[in-house]
Amino acid sequence: MISYLVRRFLLMLLTLAGISVIIFALLRIVPGNIADILADAAGFVNPAEKAKLEADLGLDKPVAVQYAAWIGGLARGDLGYSYVSEKPAKDEILPRIPITARLAGLALVFSIALGVPLGVVSAVRQNTGLDYALRLLSLSGLSMPAFWLGLLILMAFVAGTGTMPIYSEAPKSMLDSILMYAVPAAAVGFRSSALIMRLTRSSMLEVLRQDYIRTARSKGASENAINYHHALRNAALPVITVIGIEAAFLVGGLIVTETVFNIPGVARFLVEAIRWRDYPIVQNLVMFIAVVVVLVNFAVDMLYAALDPRIKYSD
Amino acid sequence: MNGNHRSRAASLALLCALFLTGPASAQKQGGVLRMYHRDSPASASIHEEATYSTVIPFMGVFNNLVMYRQDAAQNSLSSIVPDLAASWTWNAANNRLTFKLREGVKWHDGKPFSAKDVKCTFDMLMDKSSAKFRKNPRKTWYENVTEVTTNGDFEATFNLKRPQPALLALLASGYTPVYPCHVSPAEMRTRPIGTGPFKFVEFKTNESIKVTRNPDYWKKGRPYLDGIEYTIIPNRSTAILAFIAGKFDMTFPTEVSIPLLKDVKSQAPKAVCEVAPTNVNANLIVNRDTPPFDHPDVRKAMELALDRKAFVGILFEGQADIGGSMLPPPQGVWGLPPEILRTIPGYGPDVARNRDEARSLMRKAGYGPDKPLKIKVSTRNIPVYRDPAVILIDQLKQIYIDAELDVVETANWFSKVARKDYSVGLNLTGNAVDDPDQGFYENYACGSERNYTNYCNRDLEKLFDRQSMESDLDKRRKLVWEIDKRLQEDVARPIIYHFRAGTCWQPYVKGVTIMVNSSYNGYRYEDVWLDR
Repeated sequence: MISYLVRRFLLMLLTLAGISVIIFALLRIVPGNIADILADAAGFVNPAEKAKLEADLGLDKPVAVQYAAWIGGLARGDLGYSYVSEKPAKDEILPRIPITARLAGLALVFSIALGVPLGVVSAVRQNTGLDYALRLLSLSGLSMPAFWLGLLILMAFVAGTGTMPIYSEAPKSMLDSILMYAVPAAAVGFRSSALIMRLTRSSMLEVLRQDYIRTARSKGASENAINYHHALRNAALPVITVIGIEAAFLVGGLIVTETVFNIPGVARFLVEAIRWRDYPIVQNLVMFIAVVVVLVNFAVDMLYAALDPRIKYSD
Repeated sequence: MNGNHRSRAASLALLCALFLTGPASAQKQGGVLRMYHRDSPASASIHEEATYSTVIPFMGVFNNLVMYRQDAAQNSLSSIVPDLAASWTWNAANNRLTFKLREGVKWHDGKPFSAKDVKCTFDMLMDKSSAKFRKNPRKTWYENVTEVTTNGDFEATFNLKRPQPALLALLASGYTPVYPCHVSPAEMRTRPIGTGPFKFVEFKTNESIKVTRNPDYWKKGRPYLDGIEYTIIPNRSTAILAFIAGKFDMTFPTEVSIPLLKDVKSQAPKAVCEVAPTNVNANLIVNRDTPPFDHPDVRKAMELALDRKAFVGILFEGQADIGGSMLPPPQGVWGLPPEILRTIPGYGPDVARNRDEARSLMRKAGYGPDKPLKIKVSTRNIPVYRDPAVILIDQLKQIYIDAELDVVETANWFSKVARKDYSVGLNLTGNAVDDPDQGFYENYACGSERNYTNYCNRDLEKLFDRQSMESDLDKRRKLVWEIDKRLQEDVARPIIYHFRAGTCWQPYVKGVTIMVNSSYNGYRYEDVWLDR
């Protein structure tokens, strides 16, 4: 097991190293840099000012030197300075992580709390009116674009209550926080819950046809015990995989929700940073998201073993 | 106007300003104005930016030497009032402009303001000091200034190469605040210090900007507001909905498009909304060095193909203006009057006849229905550029030009245009000040960085100088009309339309004046108050 963990850790490092090269190269391939963007509003590019700015920011150095400087800084915990705000990148990135984490966490809770039980109900009541209604609900969740759903929710709030659940100031208490994030979390969690619901349903349907379920039933086990203890536990593996993927996606993929609900989180900040070609912010944020994705995948793999005793990790 | 007259005019203006800024019982003190901001500006340093995304939240942090009256909708030389300068005088030759400065003014960090700060600011703008801006987009505004000198702590003089009465127009812009000597440009980008009615509190990138009342403001009794909070909401739908829901007291100025205005009026009928020109125009840029556009007939045919009314009808529901390079009257001070505009080829009402003429010019140049001219129309990949470019492509088809849309990332647009790596493009040009001294030199002078089409007419440039030196406003206006007419006839950069946009505020917000010929000069907000 230990050697598996060591191997897995080294593989993670290798993956992150590969990602760092890809991010770095892609950013340099995209035409234009911060100097071009800053000059944009002025309506012209002054070559002397541009050259000076590039030299000040170290953008005139060979690409390999720039890469080495970034990775060296990263290893020392120095993320550099934002080209735009001129503040330390760490100070710009760190306050935004809890915001996105709260939103993503709440969205994930919402999608699991809604998706798993409804998926089970839909499978157990297969081909009934309830099943059709739930399938329709899940289909609508998958097909509705997040920005459209978000705007619909906002419009409904304005029309119905005269207020609007958008982020305007950092919440001061836990309750404030839940109230502020609940609506956007529901908007983004709806899509995830639809996915989880469909997967839970199909996985449950497969398990419910197995011999051991029939055996449990013939031994007189209650329907609840069969559905939630025997069937769901065995049907959970693919669902956990999807939940893991969704969790990783939610960290960096909330751009639409953060934009519509005006939440100053990681995803919106990343898109803005890409627009400004703010390399230190983009590189470090993408690396952070990559680390989260790699760690979540690792956690999911470990969870497999915890849920299914037949799975053992060894050399 | 000679120096004495100017001095008297300045004194009169000062009296007017004192009268206007005197105590008024109706206004209420207190409250924080909540406004959304359309995007996160690159920095807080007005001098280093060329967008009103910076000017709007930070203009109130500063003072200028002089400024446009904040309660007058139209900016003009006659609406300029003293600010940090208590008065000004010109010498007899009109090439030395001396400002007497206010005494007892303090920067927000408590240090005293003096003439040294004025010199420092303009030395940096003219690139003469050791402290450098990261960007200096308006350096060309001061090309006629040889140096700024001081006489004691409260007198500063601008020494000019030649007379330029309109220098005051540039100094009055929201783009021309006075910066403190003792604060570095880098600090001014992140924590600006000024002498203005509002002190900087914080700027959280992509989140918010906050300014608070300066209790030691030299203008007693101002500002009325306790502060202004700008929440950055780049999504326009969310921002407008939030305004309708009452989360904001005011929209971001000139950010409500004409179609959106209908939504606001229907969902928030009590909101006060004003539509005004922004002094931004859409124009056709043609690379006159690249064949076949080096042929004057082809350029003229393109100008004749334009149906400006169609652009205005489709994009603005009829609410935009048609004119030359200067903003048209009555809002514009210098724009061509309709009777002259009508006489310029392409501006007449008979579009069909114009296009017949355009087609015959194209046939003369070797093109026709069986042999169309294939081109790309380049433009920035944002809707305000892209939408008119699509209409332009459709109109060019009428004269045997088969155009394809070439959308360019914002990051690459101006470098592409500067390299002249385009044949035909659609561009937007914003003017900070409604004065020919700004627009003519920037956009049409030989060798100017913003002269995208490389139009160069030395004879006309002599007229640029003549109008700039002319102190008689009527004579100057006639010269400006002559220049503008020539620019349009020469197809230097055909102007398609001048934008209009809306601003809305809740009925309890008072003292807001939307300027009708500039989007850069009316955001001091020291006279704004909340009646609730």
